[in-house]
Amino acid sequence: MCNQSVGLIQRAVEEVGISTVSITLLEDITRKVKPPRALLVPYNLGYPLGEPNNPELQHAIIAETLALFECDEESPILKVSQQREEK
Amino acid sequence: MGMPFLRELNPIIRFFMRFYPGKEYNTTPHTPLRIPLNECKVALITTAGFFLDGQNPFELNDCSYREIPNSIQTDKLKGGHKSSAYDEQGIETDPNLAFPLDRFRELKAVGKISSLNHRHFSFMGSITKPKSLIENTAPEVAQKLKTDSVDVAFLTPV
Repeated sequence: MCNQSVGLIQRAVEEVGISTVSITLLEDITRKVKPPRALLVPYNLGYPLGEPNNPELQHAIIAETLALFECDEESPILKVSQQREEK
Repeated sequence: MGMPFLRELNPIIRFFMRFYPGKEYNTTPHTPLRIPLNECKVALITTAGFFLDGQNPFELNDCSYREIPNSIQTDKLKGGHKSSAYDEQGIETDPNLAFPLDRFRELKAVGKISSLNHRHFSFMGSITKPKSLIENTAPEVAQKLKTDSVDVAFLTPV
């Protein structure tokens, strides 16, 4: 339920006037919790940023996540990552 | 699209997640980012259950949190979130996988963000009774970030 906890905390932080963005591994849970901006990544639980010791991939996922701030769609925004499933 | 990776989980967890009702909301809070990222102060939040030497480990269904100073070395983080739902090897090898502090330091170094907050926050995952999280600890952390004048919070599950 990590993904639910992230969404719940994200909602609380956004509510005090701080812009937030998150990564999710579980689409259905995030669709229910409706945090303002989330990137759905194609990895197993435990691997939200793809691979350990792979800074290049981790940066690519972070960049995709931060790019959600530029998305002018109405929130909740849930985008699917462009990364391919590696595992 | 459904839950694409549910097939990867063990049958007990899969059964539980299918019937766990979860929280459901109809609305979404929204705070637009009004300044460019390269002018933003950023804080990280993880639910990987990381903690440091001298801090209490997390317990099951623990809605509390640990403050992680920005100055720490990421290899000093201890993994607290033991769960049969996922493979912990990745975050034990590289905490950046679920708490990308080194990556954000690199973003700061190249000027993509302005600064990192002096503290970040670590929560436990697998919280099936999130009442205290919703009513107490999540709003408390939100207020701390507001006090710190944080512009952006980046959240990662595990």
